[in-house]
Amino acid sequence: MKKEKSIRSAIHNAGSFAVFVGPGLFFFVMTIIVPLCYGFYLTLTDWNGIAKTKEFVGIKNYLTAFQDTKFWGAMGLTLIFTLISVILVNYVAFHLARLVTSGIKGQNFFRAAFFTPNLIGGVVLGYIWQFIFSRALVALGKSLEIGFLSKSWLSNTVPAVCALILVTVWQYSGYMMLIYIAGFMNIPKNLKEAARIDGCDEKQVRKYIVTPLMTSSFIVCIFLSITRCFMTYDVNLSLTEGNPFGSTVMAAMFVYRKAFSDKNYGLGQTEAILLFAVCAIVSLLQVYITKREEIEA
Amino acid sequence: MTKKKQRNNRLVFGVMIVLLLIYLLPFAMVLINSVKAKRDVITNPLSLIGEQGFYGKNYLLAIERMNFGQVFFNSLIITISSVLLIVLFSSMTAHFFTRNKWKINKFIFFLMVTSMVIPFQVLMIPIVSVYGNIFHILNSRVTLICMHVGFGISMGTFMFHGAIVSSIPLELEEAARMDGCGRLKTYFIIVMPLLKPTVVTLVIIDALAIWNDYLLPSLILSKKELYTLPIAAQSFHGDFSSDYGLMMAGLVMTVLPILILYFALQKHIIDGVVSGAVKG
Repeated sequence: MKKEKSIRSAIHNAGSFAVFVGPGLFFFVMTIIVPLCYGFYLTLTDWNGIAKTKEFVGIKNYLTAFQDTKFWGAMGLTLIFTLISVILVNYVAFHLARLVTSGIKGQNFFRAAFFTPNLIGGVVLGYIWQFIFSRALVALGKSLEIGFLSKSWLSNTVPAVCALILVTVWQYSGYMMLIYIAGFMNIPKNLKEAARIDGCDEKQVRKYIVTPLMTSSFIVCIFLSITRCFMTYDVNLSLTEGNPFGSTVMAAMFVYRKAFSDKNYGLGQTEAILLFAVCAIVSLLQVYITKREEIEA
Repeated sequence: MTKKKQRNNRLVFGVMIVLLLIYLLPFAMVLINSVKAKRDVITNPLSLIGEQGFYGKNYLLAIERMNFGQVFFNSLIITISSVLLIVLFSSMTAHFFTRNKWKINKFIFFLMVTSMVIPFQVLMIPIVSVYGNIFHILNSRVTLICMHVGFGISMGTFMFHGAIVSSIPLELEEAARMDGCGRLKTYFIIVMPLLKPTVVTLVIIDALAIWNDYLLPSLILSKKELYTLPIAAQSFHGDFSSDYGLMMAGLVMTVLPILILYFALQKHIIDGVVSGAVKG
C-alpha cells in the first residue's frame, strides 16, 4: 500500500518534470550541449564540411592551430582592439553617466538618446559608418583641406582598426553608461553628505566615496565589454570586411572563414575553442584583479 | 554657491548637447542622403538637399528590391514566437527548479548558468554540421526559432529563478493547492501574473537581441524569401553598394521599426536593459 503510493508519487513527479522542465531542457540540450560535445569531437577530425567520412586525426588540429601564425596574428589584433576599446568604452561611459546624473535638465532624454546605437544591430551600424568613413568624412576633409580625413580611413590598416574601435566605442558606451548610471544612483546620499561635512571637497568625495563604491559597476562593465569586444564579428564584417588585404580580420571572423570559406571545420572549431579559452582567461583575470578592490556599501 | 552650481549645470548641459549631436550625426547623415539621387550623394554627401532635389523614390525602390514586406514579416514572426516560447519554457523550468530541490534539478540549473559564458562562435560550426549535414533541417523558420529558444533558455531560467526565490511566497502557492489547484493551474493563475516585471525585462532583452541577430540567421537561412532584416540589409548592401542613395534608404527602413518602438516604450526598454545587464 505504502509502496504503491510512493511509486505513484514518483510517476507524478516525473510527469510534472516532463511538463515543466522538459521543453526548455530539450531545446537547451539540442542547441548548446549537443553542439558543444560534437564540437569537441570535430576538433579531433579533419572534416571539410562536405565529405561523408571524417578522418580521425587526434590532437593534430591543436598542434596546427598553435603553429598557425595567421590565427595568432588575428588574435593579437583582437587583443589590441579589445584593450583599447575596453578602456575607451568605459572611460566614455563612466563620464557620460557622471554628467547625466549631475542634476542637469533632461537627464532621461540624454540617457535615452545615448543608448540609441544599441538598439540597432552591428551589421547595419557597420554599413552606416562605412558610408561615413568612405564618403562623408572624405568629402568633409577635402572641402576643409584636412589631411588625415581626405583619404578614406578604411583603405589603410591602422586607420581602419581605429575606425573599428571608434564604432565600437560609439556603440557600447551608451549601454555601459546605463550600468554606471545605476551604480551612481545606488550610492547612498548620506555618505556623500557625511564626507562633505567632514571637510571633503568635491574632488575628494569623488576619490574616496564615489569611486570605491562604483567598483562593482566597473567589474560588470569591464567584463561585459571584454567579452563583447573579443567576439566582435558583425561590425568587423560590415565595416571593413577584413580589408584592406585581410589585415583587419579579427579572431571571430578568422574562425568563421577558416571553417566556412576554407572548408576546414576541424581546425576552425579548434581555433574557436582556443579563442574562447583566451577570452575566458582574460575576463576571469580581470574579475579576479578588480574583485580585490571591491567594498561592500 | 547655488548660482555657481547653476552656471556649472548650464555648462554641463551645453557640453551634453554637443556630445549628443556628435553621437547622432551618423544617423542624420544617413537620413539626409537617403533622399538624394545617386549622383548627388557621390558629388556632395554633406549637402542637405541634392541638386536633383528631394528624391523620395529611393524608398519605394528600396521597399521593392529588399522585399521589405516579406522580410519584415519574417523578422516579426521569428522574434515574437521565439520570445514567447523562451518566456513560457524558462519560467516553468525556473518554477519547477525552485520548488523541487532535487539533485538533478540543481545539476541542470548549474549547467545552464555555466553555459551562459559560452560564446556563439564556439557553437556555430557544430550547429551547422549537426543540423545541416546530419539532420538537414536548415533553411526553415521553425529551426531558427527553436535555436533562438535554446540560446535564450539559460538566461531566462536564471532570471526567473532569482525572481521566484525573492518575490513569490511559497504560502501563496500552498493556499492555491489547498483550494484544489494542480501544479499547472497554480503556475498559470498564481505564479505567472506575479512574474510580470521579470517577463517585461526578459521580453525586451531577448526581443532586441533576436531582432538584431545576424550570425545565427545568416548560417541557417540561405533562401531569399526566409531572410530576416539584418540579412536582407547585408544582401541589399552587396547588391546596390554603388547606389548610395538607395542603400541609405534601405538602411533607414531597417532601423525605423525599432526606433519607433523605442520612442513609444523608451522607459521600459531602458529599465529592462539595466536590470537585465546587472543580473546577467
